[in-house]
Amino acid sequence: MHELAITQSMLDLVLDEANKTGAARVQKINLVLGEMSGIAGDCVQFYFDYLSKGTNAERATLSFRKIPTQARCHNCEEVFTPKEFDWSCPKCHNVSLEITAGKELYVESIEVE
Amino acid sequence: MEIKVLKDILSANDQIAERNHALLQSKNVSCINVMSSPGSGKTSLILETIRRLKGKVRIGVIEGDISSTIDAQKVSGEGVPVLQINTGGECHLDAVMVGHALDNLPLVDIDLLLIENVGNLVCPGEFKLGEEKKVLILSVPEGDDKIYKYPLLFHLADAVVINKIDLLPYTKFDVEGFSKALKGINQKAQIFQVSCTTHQGIEGWVSWVVSSIRYPHKRTAK
Repeated sequence: MHELAITQSMLDLVLDEANKTGAARVQKINLVLGEMSGIAGDCVQFYFDYLSKGTNAERATLSFRKIPTQARCHNCEEVFTPKEFDWSCPKCHNVSLEITAGKELYVESIEVE
Repeated sequence: MEIKVLKDILSANDQIAERNHALLQSKNVSCINVMSSPGSGKTSLILETIRRLKGKVRIGVIEGDISSTIDAQKVSGEGVPVLQINTGGECHLDAVMVGHALDNLPLVDIDLLLIENVGNLVCPGEFKLGEEKKVLILSVPEGDDKIYKYPLLFHLADAVVINKIDLLPYTKFDVEGFSKALKGINQKAQIFQVSCTTHQGIEGWVSWVVSSIRYPHKRTAK
């Protein structure tokens, strides 16, 4: 449900970056979304179509690169994707881990003309 | 032409959160962001905390809800400054809303600001407000599996409060299993088991709150 605020924030950032380069139009926005951020790409697209109307980013293509959650075991250093109801290390069964990927929420690049 | 951006989508919010944090620091106010699902006991825990610390710590409260002033009225009944934010549909508080609230609170008369976020286990996690500590409440009836369903907030919390422990005999909530899973994804989080109904465990929680106040001598130093 926070996609409206996220999309508005993303659009502001993109328009600001495009403005800095003097670009007339934003053609594509490359976004990186970690699984843990809980952002639904379809919702972002829906809000974007509405919010971007009349801006330089209207009709820009949104590209989503989704990053799965990844963890590193504090004990044996194994890097793994946690299972649905079991976040322990598949190798040594230790439960203490560091989350190494999955929290991303950023604009990687924009394509302008 | 491709332009590398590599900027967090919420960087604008984060900047305002830093501004809020700096303002609170300049006024010697410590700040805790209290988050949970609706109905887990955020308001009840805040009320318990205010009652226990009456005369010792001057508390101020920001209440975040989609609509109504029900919670603000309850807190106001305890005689502390409170400001209600109605988000009008937004499922979380953001730094701009809190910034406006800070402008309208008597910060010089507050040692500890408790922010009750909108009831939600997903969205509030992404939005920094300017707080020093994040507290997550999970109530027993919600179930011990929430950590796997909504890992981000459990990962970010400085303290996790298991509330409504008086209901443990009637549920399958596995405190030990939950605590083990939590320690796995969040080594820093303190865990408290409380009941705002029977008052069990509240003292331990309140001690942690007091220990996280950075300016305990503010009042005497004035």
